[in-house]
Amino acid sequence: MLRRLLQEVKEYTVDSIMTPLYMLLEVAMEMLIPLLMARIIDDGVESGRLDVILSVGLAMLVAAGVGLFAGIMGGRYGARASAGFAKNLRKAMFRNIQTFSFSNIDKFSSASLITRLTTDVTNIQNSYQMVLRIGARAPASLIVAMTMSFYISPELARIYLEAAVILAATISCIVNVTRKIFDVVFKKYDALNASVEENVSGIRVVKAYVREAFETTKFHKAANDLYGMFIKAERLLVGMMPIMMGMVYACILLISWKGAHLIVGGSLTTGELVSLLAYCMNILMSLMMLSMIFVMLTMSAASAERISEVLQEVPTITNPENPVMEVPDGSVDFMHVDFAYDERSVEYSMTDVTLHIDPGETIGIIGGTGSSKTTLVNLISRLYDVKNGLVQVGGIDVRKYDIETLRSEVSVVLQNNVLFSGSILDNLRWGDPEASDEECIKACKQACADEFIERLPDGYDTYIEQGGTNVSGGQRQRLCIARALLKKPKVLILDDSTSAVDTATDAKIRKAFREEIPGTTKIIIAQRISSVQDADRIVVLEDGQIDGIGTHEELLATNEIYRDVYESQTGGGTADFDEGKEPEASTAPDAALQRGGVRYA
Amino acid sequence: MPRQRAVRPTKEQLAESKETMKRLFAYIFKNFGLQFMVVFVCIIVSVLANVQGTLFMQTLIDDYISPMLVTGSTDFSPLLAAVLRVASFYLVGIAATLTYNLIMVYVSQGLQRKLRCELFEHMETLPIKYFDTHAHGDIMSFYTNDIDTLRQMVSQSIPQGVNSLFTIVSVTISMLILSVPLTLLTFAMVGVMLVVTTRLAGLSARYFTAQQKDIGIVNGNIQEIMNGQKVVKVFCHEDEVIEEFDRLNEQLFDSAYNANQFANILMPANAQLGNVSYVLIAVVGGALAITGATGLTLGRLASFLTFNKSFNMPISQVSQQLNFIVMAMAGAGRIFALMDEKPEVDEGYVTLVNAREVGSDGAEETLAGDEFAGQTADTAVAGGASAENAVLPGVDGQAAGARQEGVAGTASANLVECEERTGTWAWKHYHKLNDSTTYTKLAGDVVFDDVDFGYNEEKVVLHNITLHALPGQKIAFVGATGAGKTTITNLINRFYDIADGKIRYDGININKIKKADLRRSLGIVLQDTHLFTGTVADNIRYGKLEATDEEVIAAAKLANADGFIRRLPEGYNTMLSGDGGSLSTGQRQLLAIARAAIADPPVLILDEATSSIDTRTERIVQDGMDRLMHGRTTFVIAHRLSTIRNSDMICVLDSGRIIERGNHDELLEKKGKYYQLYTGKVVNA
Repeated sequence: MLRRLLQEVKEYTVDSIMTPLYMLLEVAMEMLIPLLMARIIDDGVESGRLDVILSVGLAMLVAAGVGLFAGIMGGRYGARASAGFAKNLRKAMFRNIQTFSFSNIDKFSSASLITRLTTDVTNIQNSYQMVLRIGARAPASLIVAMTMSFYISPELARIYLEAAVILAATISCIVNVTRKIFDVVFKKYDALNASVEENVSGIRVVKAYVREAFETTKFHKAANDLYGMFIKAERLLVGMMPIMMGMVYACILLISWKGAHLIVGGSLTTGELVSLLAYCMNILMSLMMLSMIFVMLTMSAASAERISEVLQEVPTITNPENPVMEVPDGSVDFMHVDFAYDERSVEYSMTDVTLHIDPGETIGIIGGTGSSKTTLVNLISRLYDVKNGLVQVGGIDVRKYDIETLRSEVSVVLQNNVLFSGSILDNLRWGDPEASDEECIKACKQACADEFIERLPDGYDTYIEQGGTNVSGGQRQRLCIARALLKKPKVLILDDSTSAVDTATDAKIRKAFREEIPGTTKIIIAQRISSVQDADRIVVLEDGQIDGIGTHEELLATNEIYRDVYESQTGGGTADFDEGKEPEASTAPDAALQRGGVRYA
Repeated sequence: MPRQRAVRPTKEQLAESKETMKRLFAYIFKNFGLQFMVVFVCIIVSVLANVQGTLFMQTLIDDYISPMLVTGSTDFSPLLAAVLRVASFYLVGIAATLTYNLIMVYVSQGLQRKLRCELFEHMETLPIKYFDTHAHGDIMSFYTNDIDTLRQMVSQSIPQGVNSLFTIVSVTISMLILSVPLTLLTFAMVGVMLVVTTRLAGLSARYFTAQQKDIGIVNGNIQEIMNGQKVVKVFCHEDEVIEEFDRLNEQLFDSAYNANQFANILMPANAQLGNVSYVLIAVVGGALAITGATGLTLGRLASFLTFNKSFNMPISQVSQQLNFIVMAMAGAGRIFALMDEKPEVDEGYVTLVNAREVGSDGAEETLAGDEFAGQTADTAVAGGASAENAVLPGVDGQAAGARQEGVAGTASANLVECEERTGTWAWKHYHKLNDSTTYTKLAGDVVFDDVDFGYNEEKVVLHNITLHALPGQKIAFVGATGAGKTTITNLINRFYDIADGKIRYDGININKIKKADLRRSLGIVLQDTHLFTGTVADNIRYGKLEATDEEVIAAAKLANADGFIRRLPEGYNTMLSGDGGSLSTGQRQLLAIARAAIADPPVLILDEATSSIDTRTERIVQDGMDRLMHGRTTFVIAHRLSTIRNSDMICVLDSGRIIERGNHDELLEKKGKYYQLYTGKVVNA
């Protein structure tokens, strides 16, 4: 896992190596300085030689200068290495995601992909920089300080060694315990924030039911729980402090006591004693740093895991070798097709579907939620692969086509309409980057989008906000249809794409299809009977199977489900009113209830 | 207040910080004053103990080691006594440190809890408008980032600040005692350090702002593309998308690299300048010691050098904390800003009480029926409320007519307030004018009288809305998105207050009704269903907290939700979280309907309540909905014909005006906008 991540360091390898090297140089200078200090005192001050003081002082200044240089370079390389690593991680993930098939995307969900690309990468960037800079520095500083101490006086240095071992053991113990507590605490903390979120977004419900006091009480209770747990965890951490301080102080006193003996005994100088005491702080600081790195690494391990999952994901749909680069015509064939979204699932969501569609034909598809309407059309442009059977476009297996060729000829307007930030023209040209303004306007006319676009202050140059929030649902749907039309496809699929468009406009769009693109095969999924009743043939789907195929009249006469839906909608008329929210998901009521459902009189 | 990440404080920020800081400290001292006093004392003790330890260095060499070297004595007992004395100082220091740290845990966590609770409590009282005008993400970050930064500042920066301050003061004094010229030299070096730090921090801040901006851009792009990933695939737009992302990513790298680079340099620069200061002191001090000019001894110089080091540390710490404090203050400012937001105004004094009807005179019959009786309450107060009694413009003849039927002075005669739940409710209306209290039976009569409304002053979204819903009637609103349908219903429960005109509920101006009581009498099912973390039963019970299990199940059955709930893994006890994320939109809508059903209100507002339920299922739900609506005044917003066809009155809205009204058949006959929407045909006039 870690290795996969580190592959992305790439061109920043040099920076990643230079950082710890410069940090080591900085440490060396830091260690040298106490030594020089000792010489100033011992050889300079004590023997009253100003020239020694000056020359050693100069050496110290040089050491400080080199240390500064090393620190600056280490800082620069570290920043470059970590920012570059983060950049490459984002880049690699983003690229791999672009090769994902629909099932890969479904597996991760958009929200989780976003977190992986943002928060997780930031975590890794911070940890990486920390490891490069402090990770080299702390152990080096520890080792050098220890070595120096031993060099000065092995007898006194032993005290440090013992103290360091004891401290390391206590620190790691406490860190381990508190980490476990903090894990729980952070979960509680998230839950608390989730409840705030709920209140913020559901404030209308809270106020409508006058539940302000109820929510406040609930929140107070949760906040109290959290308070208790935080106190418990932090008290432990605070307990660590006296142990550390005690150790430092004990070391200082022991060294002073024993040092005094050695000085009097003649085997140690006062300058050396001062240096030894300076190393004391170095050793303990390094230990603290190491424990911090340890905590940070365990915390970012989860992020690393999530990132490498994305990097290692293999797209389930790839281009075949020697792909077919041309779609001969707009005919579509399903031959005994079975399909399941989940690889391992035994139950198919679509079973044994066989269907032939002629080029230029208009096909309507009707069926309740969960009847696999969307599944059926998604197989045509190979957004998913069939489990068994065969799907052909233009008489050739879709798996034999170059994917881009297939998808330009089979144009789908997805149920979940998305526009991107940019002008209306920019969005339309997703369908055809070379389209002229005239072509774009023509497509908009066909999709009945021209009237509202022309009323916008900036017309076709109007800027669409992220997510297309500044146009209404019905307007968005019409823009998406125009965008799909610009591909000039051989097969056009509308997946419930006019649900938010009023009935009159819906009819106008269909009329335009009939008259302007007669050669294109049109497959229209709809909830409204009126959207499909003038199609050449209508397919009724139920539970992943074809329940009936025929014209409107034929189905009314022979198909129970179709008749049922028709009657439910035409008790009085066929219209829906405004551009409300399109129905997307729904309950899965059992079929018996549905069929015997109360008829609305 | 715009969100800004202050890395290098500007002058205004500092001024603002000062104000906020004052307020924050007042807040802290009010709540945790005593604890802070103890912390203060403990910090002083621990600093003093630490300084004692440092001073020991001097005594160790000058008073013990050097004399022993000179005399050749091997008597270590005086030294032992000194070591033990210092050890006891250290122990006191440790105890003090432990004490103040422990107290700080309680203070910082307590402060956090208190702030959080107060914030939440206050937030719940804010008007809907606040939530409309503030991004939810921003509100959330008060609870997460801002409170967290504040807590860290209180628990770290304050003690560290106090600590640093005392260390600086006590070390300065000690240094002055040891050697005045060397102290001045140290100060000079600190000046240099401060200058360098500010310069570097300034550079770093510039890039940090850039980095923050670029992070925003890259994250925005990621969000957009990930959400539209399937569209990218369908249009084979992968390469274009990658190209754009690479460009933004590269930009972020640049600013991130620069920002971090300068931040990274800050520490070593400070440390090395500290070393330079050390060398200077050693050289100058050494020279002074040799000449013996200022009475500086070797031991004193050694001590001074230690002080020099412990002087530089707090200085660089304080300078690093400064940015953090400004950031925390910006957060505290935002928190206080929310706390200063004015809560929803509620000047209502008419309350909803349980009532019992007692037959006192013939008027009882009038009340028992679904007839309009509310007007009476207001007419009873002859003079005081005369303005409200203005007869409506004749647009809605039916309404105006009904209003005239109000019989003065009969309403209160036969209603008596009582403690227990009777199923009958009454509006308790106290009249100041003649010190009397009238009771009006809660019936569900709603009148809009020439109402204008705009979310802000400039833009009026509703014009001259006049309508009258009789108790038990079903009123439907249709029209395009943005026509003002939802706005109308939001005025009834006073999510927003109207600019002009009057809305009367059972004849009482709704501004006089206590908001809580008004809302309790209204059931509402919103287009965007919101569920809360808890079991399915908890969510239904939200409508009536004291409801029994049987009532919950009955409500679920009414909404036709019982079937799917029973199929959930744990039935009614299934936990829902993340806004009921595990349920489909349709299922969540059914729960919302059940939640409204259990509240059993006389007036219902259904805002696209069944929009996500497919047409076949809706027919089944419709049955339950019809039962739910029976006998209640209902306002319905829907784009499904089946939902609105049997309404008593359908209002067609266009750009905030009612352009057509009548029942289904009447509207069809008119061959106007409704007809056009309904048939899909354009009528040529």
